[in-house]
Amino acid sequence: MSDILGYGAYIPKNRIKIRKIAKVWGKNPELIEQKLGLEEKAVPDQDEDTITIATQAARNAVKHADINPQKIGAIYTGSESHPYAVKPTSATVGEAIGATPEMTAADYEFACKAGTAGMQNCMALVESGKIDYGMAIGADTAQSKPGGALEYAAAAGGAAYIIGEKDGIAEIEDTYSFTTDTPDFWRRKEQPYPEHGGRFTGKPAYFRHVINATKGLLKKTNQELENFDHIVFHQPNTKFPTKAAKKLGIPKEKIEKGLIVRKVGNTYSGATLLGLASVLDDAEPGEKILVTSFGSGAGSDSFSIKVKKHANNPRPVKKFVERKKYVNYGEYTKLARKLKR
Amino acid sequence: MTHRKALPGIWRRFPERYRLEGNKCKNCGEHFFPPRIICPNCRRDGKLEGHEMSKEGEIYSYTIIRSAPVGFEDQTPYVLAIIELKEGTKVTAQITDVDPEEMEIGMEVEEVLRKISEDGKKGKINYGYKFVPKS
Repeated sequence: MSDILGYGAYIPKNRIKIRKIAKVWGKNPELIEQKLGLEEKAVPDQDEDTITIATQAARNAVKHADINPQKIGAIYTGSESHPYAVKPTSATVGEAIGATPEMTAADYEFACKAGTAGMQNCMALVESGKIDYGMAIGADTAQSKPGGALEYAAAAGGAAYIIGEKDGIAEIEDTYSFTTDTPDFWRRKEQPYPEHGGRFTGKPAYFRHVINATKGLLKKTNQELENFDHIVFHQPNTKFPTKAAKKLGIPKEKIEKGLIVRKVGNTYSGATLLGLASVLDDAEPGEKILVTSFGSGAGSDSFSIKVKKHANNPRPVKKFVERKKYVNYGEYTKLARKLKR
Repeated sequence: MTHRKALPGIWRRFPERYRLEGNKCKNCGEHFFPPRIICPNCRRDGKLEGHEMSKEGEIYSYTIIRSAPVGFEDQTPYVLAIIELKEGTKVTAQITDVDPEEMEIGMEVEEVLRKISEDGKKGKINYGYKFVPKS
């Protein structure tokens, strides 16, 4: 089994109100806010991208775990907005945290679930005794077409986890995945913005995979949902994870602590991992957490986690959620490089 | 304008740009950033060793750039400052995540990795240290 030795979050400071986006495109702001359960989203600054977000999260994780970064044997960064098409984000992160050169690294892409896929790889390498510590990162500066439905949610942020064999703050008891070929959302090569299947992103994509992965994990580990104190689902908005919880009969209070999307938007590969970090920030020893990510295309990774001690993270998720500066739609289009010239 | 910077020159300075690696003279105890080849105090008696500088310091002085050089035009107005690190060494860097009007001498800051420049649309993206107000 593997332990989480430490974790770090990072969310850019800029925010835009969802109602401001809706107003620009002639939609009903109240209806959009209410339908999606979103108030504002995090927007990267001009000098921020997935590499800088992943690095800040990774640095915070190293500080929290209080380990020698030279002992990190693997770094995997999951994102759908790696700044380079070819040249690994993970290598720059490794250099910036002082983990290079004796380590393996690769970038992952599986829409919003590439970060949890990295976590599974770190678990495998740690449990087989190949490495001492592994680092899994989920980070994104999500792209969205101006005026499209994704623009209300596509945000920026990330989280990094350091996985080791023992002596961590929480134990990852087991993991289970559910993957199929489902064309709910994609971005073709050299296209600036992704396309999506509208309502098709719901039932056959998000709900089928999240629910089956969650049920599969429970069956594999011989547990009931009642065993868990907190449940974290991938959060493209507030509506989807709330509805998934309802379908599974999970009481609302069990998903609340890990639901931060309302204030930061959908941070894609960062979303599930930031939700988990938010739960770990205040979790009590002995509490159990069930985590299920979702990546379009489509798949879900589920984890059963048992908290061993108080995290005492000096940079909790709340700190990043509350640190903000509002920008208007014009400034946002400049920052998100949506203006052609 | 596409201006491609020499790759070896940038690559050699990654430890300095990504991790604030400077050096320290074991003989006189002074820290240097960027790293020095010889200790200016001790000359041939100096014993320099690598040292990762502390990532915190305070604003020693600053200026607000309103007329920027090529490649930085979109960022104006932005802050360029001299930061005195805990070791007493001074570093010149951009201050980001700050409203220029909020700047003041003595302000506590911490280092972050940010994008510094891009060599056009096809070239390399250059990352390095900037500072933000301490949170």
